[in-house]
Amino acid sequence: MKALWDNIWTRRLISSLAAMAILAVVTGPPGSNLTPLAGFTGSFAERVSFFGLFKGQRWMVFFVFALVMFAIWWTWVSYGEQIKGALSKTLAAPQAATRRRPVRWGIAIVLIVVAALLPHVVTDPFWQAAMVEQIGVFVLLALGLNVVVGFAGLLDLGFVAFYAVGAYATAWVTGALPLPFLFGGRLDTFWAIPFALALVMLAGILLGTPTLRLRGDYLAIVTLGFGEIVTIFLNNLNGITGGAAGSGKIPYFSLNVGVVKYHWGLGPVPYYYLTLGFVVLFLIVFSLLEHSRVGRAWTAIREDEVAAESVGINPLKYKVMAFAIGAASAGFAGVMTAGQSLYIFPATFTLQLSINILVLVIFGGMGSIMGVLIGAIVIQTASMYLIHTPPAGYQPADLYIYLGALLVVMMIFRPAGLVPSRRRRREIGLAESGEGHMNEVLTGDTP
Amino acid sequence: MANLLHYFASHLATLRLEFWSLLVGGFATGVMYAMVAIGYTMVYGVLRLINFAHSEVFMSGGFASYFMMRALIGTSTPSGTWSVVLVIIGVLTGGVAGAAIAMLLERIAYRPLRRRNAPKLAYLISAIGASYFLYNLAGKEFGRINESMPSPYINHTVFTIFGAPVQLYYIVIFVVGVIMLITLDRLVATTKLGRSVRAAAQDAETASLMGVNIDRTIVLTFVIGGALAGAAGFLWGLGFTGVGFYMGFTPALKAFTAAVLGGIGNLRGAAIGGLLLGVVESFSVAFVPASYIDVIAFGILVLVLLFRPTGILGERLGRSA
Repeated sequence: MKALWDNIWTRRLISSLAAMAILAVVTGPPGSNLTPLAGFTGSFAERVSFFGLFKGQRWMVFFVFALVMFAIWWTWVSYGEQIKGALSKTLAAPQAATRRRPVRWGIAIVLIVVAALLPHVVTDPFWQAAMVEQIGVFVLLALGLNVVVGFAGLLDLGFVAFYAVGAYATAWVTGALPLPFLFGGRLDTFWAIPFALALVMLAGILLGTPTLRLRGDYLAIVTLGFGEIVTIFLNNLNGITGGAAGSGKIPYFSLNVGVVKYHWGLGPVPYYYLTLGFVVLFLIVFSLLEHSRVGRAWTAIREDEVAAESVGINPLKYKVMAFAIGAASAGFAGVMTAGQSLYIFPATFTLQLSINILVLVIFGGMGSIMGVLIGAIVIQTASMYLIHTPPAGYQPADLYIYLGALLVVMMIFRPAGLVPSRRRRREIGLAESGEGHMNEVLTGDTP
Repeated sequence: MANLLHYFASHLATLRLEFWSLLVGGFATGVMYAMVAIGYTMVYGVLRLINFAHSEVFMSGGFASYFMMRALIGTSTPSGTWSVVLVIIGVLTGGVAGAAIAMLLERIAYRPLRRRNAPKLAYLISAIGASYFLYNLAGKEFGRINESMPSPYINHTVFTIFGAPVQLYYIVIFVVGVIMLITLDRLVATTKLGRSVRAAAQDAETASLMGVNIDRTIVLTFVIGGALAGAAGFLWGLGFTGVGFYMGFTPALKAFTAAVLGGIGNLRGAAIGGLLLGVVESFSVAFVPASYIDVIAFGILVLVLLFRPTGILGERLGRSA
């Protein structure tokens, strides 16, 4: 019996069964307070039919899934190296090609053209709105958080605060929430951009200067606390933020500079192009930044703060800079949201949203701009799909079960993300083999 | 300025009137913070990381004991010895559920990373994911509303201190909390089991060379911390906020504040930090509007981390209990 238990394949079989049991419960029917076991029993005992081909109980399906998972696992352990070798051999040429500059520009142009044509291909109003509100805005947010988490290696769990500041700044500038000491009248939503940008960067500096002295894990919890404080203030400072009711009556986004006049209306497509413009802008800025002096300083701090300091980099300065620059794109996202949806509530800017953005960055690959872009699009599209065509028993809040599980799974199996930044993958590899200083840097164990 | 003075004067008057009742209430909350803070401090002591999912351990204790209480009490109003037995059952149920969830958490969200010697950021992210997974799963399975727990006793004022009423609820918290905290302190200070925890906290590698089973010790710290947090979940659920899938977030964040305040990694520090935070928070009711109470704890957390990150008693689970 003990020999059986000690056999690694027995354990892997049990792990497969357990993983699929969890999946069964997660995807199963909901329970309630009065019937706490209904969700669990229903997850296994409910009858399912699969296009008439298969009729049976849920547990049978998941039992088969577990066997499939076990088989894949076995294949991977037995032939994984060969598969990897073959893959890298076939991918070597295209990978080498993508490193060449003209090819990169070509890919970028093709992507932009595809993105520009997308709203003419996807004409479903749900998806058109989703592309702006849920995908475009979240790509902006994820790109911003990537600067903080990916480039500078600082885990910020209160990122949504900057998004909120951007949105409220729009309400203030346009007079939807009048601030008597700020502006007498109303300005176009366009003018919210410089104001919001200045305000979020200021907020980044104000939040960052005291907290960024803390080491990695403390920083996470303090930023989380700050995120909550911002929500508390948004809910209670009735005179400035409109309280729990938030702000309505924010005018549509409009541009009115000299001869250039454009008024964004009700439809999502013009906003799509605006968001696309912002995304491209931030993609370019952040890519340039990554390889600039500042980007290299971030990498140095992330990899070994003490060494970075000893060669004359001021860690606090660059960390605060990362906070402020990352916040900028969240500020843009806030302006976009406010200028399109016309009303904002404190209830939008929850901790859950911060975690949602974090999932996009982690899934795509910390520090990899392309990865974060792909990750954000994939996850947001999937979550929108779940809202568009929900499976039986699915409630919108269930999304966070999947996102939470995804974080754990990514950390166990692919910590560098779907499309890893090469540098980041190397760092994690070094840390795992005991070289490098990632562990010490992230906890500040070094004196 | 005169207005401000008047504001403080009037609030000081409230504080003087309510001093003893605020103190009693603050101590009761503080005992619960202390019980949760122990879990943060023990895990931190051994693994040097913040167990972000500890809030869900607390919540699972609350839910398990809630269902147990509902099954046992129903619509009856228990009294006498039965009340005492029910409270003990509730504490045990909460404790066992908390310990079980903490153990699973260690197994699924931490151990694979530990095996791979992953960077600390990975642990933190994994724990955040586990926390989100657990509380949203609880929301799905048990409904996303707060439920008040059937009371195992009839709450009433037992006696008064300087005119401040002391309710039975507070006495239950005190008795359960103090017994558990003292047991834990003795456990860690005197038993072989506790010695292995301290050894692992001081130097895991050397301890393992000396024959301490590090894996088992780590599971043990999760189980002990989980049991205390689960029991605290039961006590918290008895209060007016009841039991809900989101119940863990704020108390756990405050318990973490308490652990840092007392000196993270330090068991007695966690207890002192918890009590202190409970009392400070309770007194601040006299000064700030109720909706801003949570800001006080976060403010304390930031200030302590900035100016005295080692807390009141200092980080030292490794050195002695």
